[in-house]
Amino acid sequence: MTQIELRNIEKRFGAVQVIKNLNLAIADNEFIVLLGQSGCGKTTTLRAIAGLETIDEGDVLIDGQPVQHMKASARDIAFVFQSFSLYPHMTVFENIAFPLRATRGNRSEIEREVQAVAKTLQITHLLSKRPSALSGGDMQRVAIGRALVRRPKAMLMDEPIGALDAKLREEMRAEIKRLHIKQGSTTIYVTHDQVEAMSLADRIVVMHEGVLQQVGTPHEVYAHPSNMFVAQFVGSPVMNMAEVTVSEAAQHAQVLLRGAPTAFNLPSTLTAQLAAAGAENGNLTLGIRPEGVLVSREPREGFVTAEAHIIEPLGSHDIIDLQLGDQMLRARTKSGFVQRPGVAVWARLNPAQAHFFKSSTGASFGIRL
Amino acid sequence: MAAVQTRSERALHRLAIAAVLVITLLFLAPIYWITSTAFKPRNLATTIPPTVIFEPEISPFVKLFTKRSQLRTAPAPEVYAAAPWWERLVFDGGEKVVRSGRGEVQLSGYPNRFMNSLIVAITSTVLAVGMGTFTAYGFSRFRVKGEADLLFFILSTRMLPPVVVAIPMFLMYRAVGLNDTHWGLIILYTAFNLSFSVWLMKGFIDEIPKEYEEAALVDGYTRLEAFFKIVLPEAATGIAATAVFCFITAWNEYAFALIMTNRRAQTAPPFIPSQVGSGLPDWTVIAAGTFLFLLPVAIFTFLLRNHLLRGMSFGAIRK
Repeated sequence: MTQIELRNIEKRFGAVQVIKNLNLAIADNEFIVLLGQSGCGKTTTLRAIAGLETIDEGDVLIDGQPVQHMKASARDIAFVFQSFSLYPHMTVFENIAFPLRATRGNRSEIEREVQAVAKTLQITHLLSKRPSALSGGDMQRVAIGRALVRRPKAMLMDEPIGALDAKLREEMRAEIKRLHIKQGSTTIYVTHDQVEAMSLADRIVVMHEGVLQQVGTPHEVYAHPSNMFVAQFVGSPVMNMAEVTVSEAAQHAQVLLRGAPTAFNLPSTLTAQLAAAGAENGNLTLGIRPEGVLVSREPREGFVTAEAHIIEPLGSHDIIDLQLGDQMLRARTKSGFVQRPGVAVWARLNPAQAHFFKSSTGASFGIRL
Repeated sequence: MAAVQTRSERALHRLAIAAVLVITLLFLAPIYWITSTAFKPRNLATTIPPTVIFEPEISPFVKLFTKRSQLRTAPAPEVYAAAPWWERLVFDGGEKVVRSGRGEVQLSGYPNRFMNSLIVAITSTVLAVGMGTFTAYGFSRFRVKGEADLLFFILSTRMLPPVVVAIPMFLMYRAVGLNDTHWGLIILYTAFNLSFSVWLMKGFIDEIPKEYEEAALVDGYTRLEAFFKIVLPEAATGIAATAVFCFITAWNEYAFALIMTNRRAQTAPPFIPSQVGSGLPDWTVIAAGTFLFLLPVAIFTFLLRNHLLRGMSFGAIRK
């Protein structure tokens, strides 16, 4: 049973403020992923929780106890490093046993614990080897084993699979998830890879330049990004963003992308909602994911004409750049739906997937159609 | 792994090997000379051309370790009969020298000087490497105010030829009574080697990922435990390389040993040449002393050779 809470954390490196007033409550057994670009403060946050980094202000609470003045060794937390950081002069067994020996458990007990962890991770056959003889995936398994063996209050992982190749990364991702479901310990995981974050997290914490941007389940973060940064950082390919002007028409709200010749139709409730949210033309950005841009090969009611510009065939689907005057919209279609670049197609926006942001601040107006 | 070579490259390669062989022989020649002289009978030591083939003897070593004096005539038969086996070896060489005084065995000054050398070199090496490692760890892992200046200051102690300060050092030592003491030399050699040790060890410790200790810290170890259990084993190569260099410097040091010591704490380097001057020099004894003097460094370096090779190229290749 471990809850972790961060209250008003501030951290500066000289003149650079890397964490700005960070607040976060993590529930027992929760898998939290800190997501952001490099230099956004996510690793510093993790290291501050572990006690490897001091904080300038605020409180780190583990199970309600402030620990910011406690040494790392006293916090009973395990840390998995991107570099695995297995001790080269010890065997795998000794590496896994190392944390147990800190608390001076007896020999047979250590042996039993290490064997149990090795069995869970299926690395029993590697116990007598040196880390240098292991593959990347096995090194990571050993590093996780070393973290698990002590049954720590919480597991902190700093890009644990970032150093592996793509295929192995996918494999290890599944393994970490399986392990978390089986062992169920409070886990904080740092990554810059949004796919990893989406697939692993109970809740994702998006950070940017030391500021927490959004906390939510993967679905919430994907479907209802709180600002333009989150909207563009999560999801691949990235969300289309365009400055728009919205006007009222007979039965629709007309949304004109800057530089586009014709406007898209969206439900008429939009204008009222925008007005209620305090949005005004000239300071309004539309965001829509490629799968929210619906494409037709024939002219249809409510569709706007466009030209297929570049087609990226990805096997399961295609990503198409649609040219609307000076504006470019990326759309996702079935594979082979549009035969070749240069042909005319027709497009419509899926109202359920339209997001509206204030251009000046990037904040979402929170409008759902 | 053999890369493709053209004919001219192969010829060049052979030439390079030949050059290396010649240089190696040149370097080994003095060592051969000293070693062979140490085992020669006295009358063959100074022949021209040098004698290459001879029956090796250990009488130079007997003479080296015992005190003896010159006679006018060959020893009397009863003296010969009463002498122990190793004494007879000396007489058999046709020499007119006997043990001093009334016949009791007296050790020469050499074993004592040799012990002094060992004490001073080993202690100062341990101190220099130990203190250097701790200092380097501090510089490597913590933010130290004025780090660059401090490191430069440490290095600057090496920028003056040490002998320049010999006279002031001598006067200071005399004032505090460190003249002709083991500690006097140990402090001196530790000070010589410390800057070197700090800089070398900093390079080695910088190469050890910080995460190793951080992993140990979160796993419940204190920083000191992490240092001894993780950093030291990882730095073993660097420590070995540094220790060899420090040991050689301290072992070979001549000038200060000559000035600062004369009897109690004198080391081997100033002692060996001092024997040249006393009477007719017996080159075989001097060679025997030099030969024994070479051994500790050779053994030490040989034992650490694997570490040394890795240590020299440490940091040159990223894993």
